Amino acid sequence: MSIQRLSATPEALAVIETLKREHGELVFNQSGGCCDGTAPMCYEKKDFHVPSRNVKMGEVGGCEFFIDSDQFEYFRYSQIILDVKEEKAAFGNSFSLEIDEGYQFITRSRIFTDEENRLLKEQEK
Amino acid sequence: MAYSRPTYKPRYENFIGGEWVPPLSGEYFDNLSPVDGELLTKIPRSSTADVDAAVAAGVKAFETYRHTTVIERSNLLNKIADKIEANLEALAIAETLDNGKAVRETLNADVPLVIDHFRYFASVIRAEAGTVADLDENTISQEIHEPLGVVAQIIPWNFPLLMAAWKIAPAIAAGNCVVLKPASATPMSILLLMETIQDVLPKGVVNIINGAGGKIGKHLATHPDIKKVGFTGETTTGQLIMQYATENIIPSTLELGGKSPNVFFESIMAKDDEFFDKAIEGLVLFAFNSGEVCTCPSRALIQESIYEPFMKRVLERVKAITQENPLDPATKMGAQASVNQKEKILDYIKIGKAEGAECLIGGEEYKNKTFPKGNYIQPTIFKGHNKMRIFQEEIFGPVLCVTTFKDEAEALAIANDTIYGLGSGVWSRDAHQLHSMSRGIEAGRVWVNCYHLYPSHASFGGYKKSGIGRETHMMMLNAYRHTKNILTSYNKNKLGFF
Repeated sequence: MSIQRLSATPEALAVIETLKREHGELVFNQSGGCCDGTAPMCYEKKDFHVPSRNVKMGEVGGCEFFIDSDQFEYFRYSQIILDVKEEKAAFGNSFSLEIDEGYQFITRSRIFTDEENRLLKEQEK
Repeated sequence: MAYSRPTYKPRYENFIGGEWVPPLSGEYFDNLSPVDGELLTKIPRSSTADVDAAVAAGVKAFETYRHTTVIERSNLLNKIADKIEANLEALAIAETLDNGKAVRETLNADVPLVIDHFRYFASVIRAEAGTVADLDENTISQEIHEPLGVVAQIIPWNFPLLMAAWKIAPAIAAGNCVVLKPASATPMSILLLMETIQDVLPKGVVNIINGAGGKIGKHLATHPDIKKVGFTGETTTGQLIMQYATENIIPSTLELGGKSPNVFFESIMAKDDEFFDKAIEGLVLFAFNSGEVCTCPSRALIQESIYEPFMKRVLERVKAITQENPLDPATKMGAQASVNQKEKILDYIKIGKAEGAECLIGGEEYKNKTFPKGNYIQPTIFKGHNKMRIFQEEIFGPVLCVTTFKDEAEALAIANDTIYGLGSGVWSRDAHQLHSMSRGIEAGRVWVNCYHLYPSHASFGGYKKSGIGRETHMMMLNAYRHTKNILTSYNKNKLGFF
């Protein structure tokens, strides 16, 4: 069985479905930096030019999920679980789409075991 | 004595063309206080039509405002400062309730800095001028400054009032009109600020539009009447802002965060004096503003020869941090800005532990008995190495990552091993070392034997992925205006080509 770098909680998948109904196809890009940084940004696919050197971590709910290649160097030993928290008050100053619906996506992480890292290396050869 | 929570209006409106205007949708969202988790007020959920109205108000105001004299604009900024000063305490309390930070910070840092920022730009525009060059006997070249027009400013939630001032003051000093979108987490203090200054502010010069960035941000940033976008926030939205700016070929300035190194050399412990005491505080400043600062000194690099005794003193100081009631001026650290922010920080604490970093203090939520529904985290210190995720990603909370180095070369290598370059600190009694480290660090700000000072007239901005542009200095004026060259020939004779 192959090791996945990315997965999503059922709650996150449900919010993705809601957003798709309003916005159509979506794309995720892991952000960094200030304020709402180190959180995934969810945009309309047609709206965000994915930087050409970004790394694709996988897909969730039929949406591609990217990360900056420099940042990936630090994420490569972690499995990313896309989660969502309800935030009753709209929160943040990013342009991520879920905020207006009263949610915020979070990337939760689990550090891969040595065995998983070995398998990943094999798998991504 | 703790301040009591004032009662605010049950709801606020957008501030457009000098009037308080309800959103066209009639919808509002709750603005909760991170201090106690309770409702503060309700804030408009704006739509694109509200954005259009705010931009149109700016365009209309600009027709007149662009012709104001430097004296008029300088006087305006001074009057704004005076009004804020007269309401310092009320604004500080609102800022604490809106953002969560301790009131001793809003009373002594945030609001006083806001006041000074308006006075600074009021002053510098009186004392600067364009240039004139006599290119030859009969040819004069004049470089004249002209405002851009209506500018969009999208500001963060960590210093709502101060970031508004950093952006509004230079923009209106340079003769522009503004449409500002507060972070949807912290809109109230800015709306209170507008109430405070609305009597002195010409209608439409500053317009405030509320709502989530995903709903109105794109419409604002791509609006054909917007001539510049200023943004402070995370990197991906920063990229998106730049991408939007290409649509109308307009400039953008971006301030996108950091993972700032704070470097302590062994000479700080040569004496146990005031300076060493200052250095201890310099490290503990990671807890300033509950760690929610883009320049948070979140990586401490300590020379290995002093690590043990220095850390012992540091931990004593961290243990003394009190955090029960942010409205009590004796409280040292406040709340995190939101439930999500708290979750994110706790998740990073988990990552740090799983990566094998050693938790020296804290590492958990702070159970607040006064405000059980608030968002509190204990000040936390991890010891680890610079390749760990907690050393590379901006946690934006009171979580410090400490590592050691052998010599100056290693200190510099670790300091620069980050994708960011916003803040940094160097502590030493050796002047040569201070100089070589300050020049070697790739960051827009190096604090030398100090940290977290934000005076006007000291430029602030990022290297690398920390952004583009500078703030808090008069050079910022040129980011908010065109340069027009008027080239005049007093020669009566033709060129001779035709």
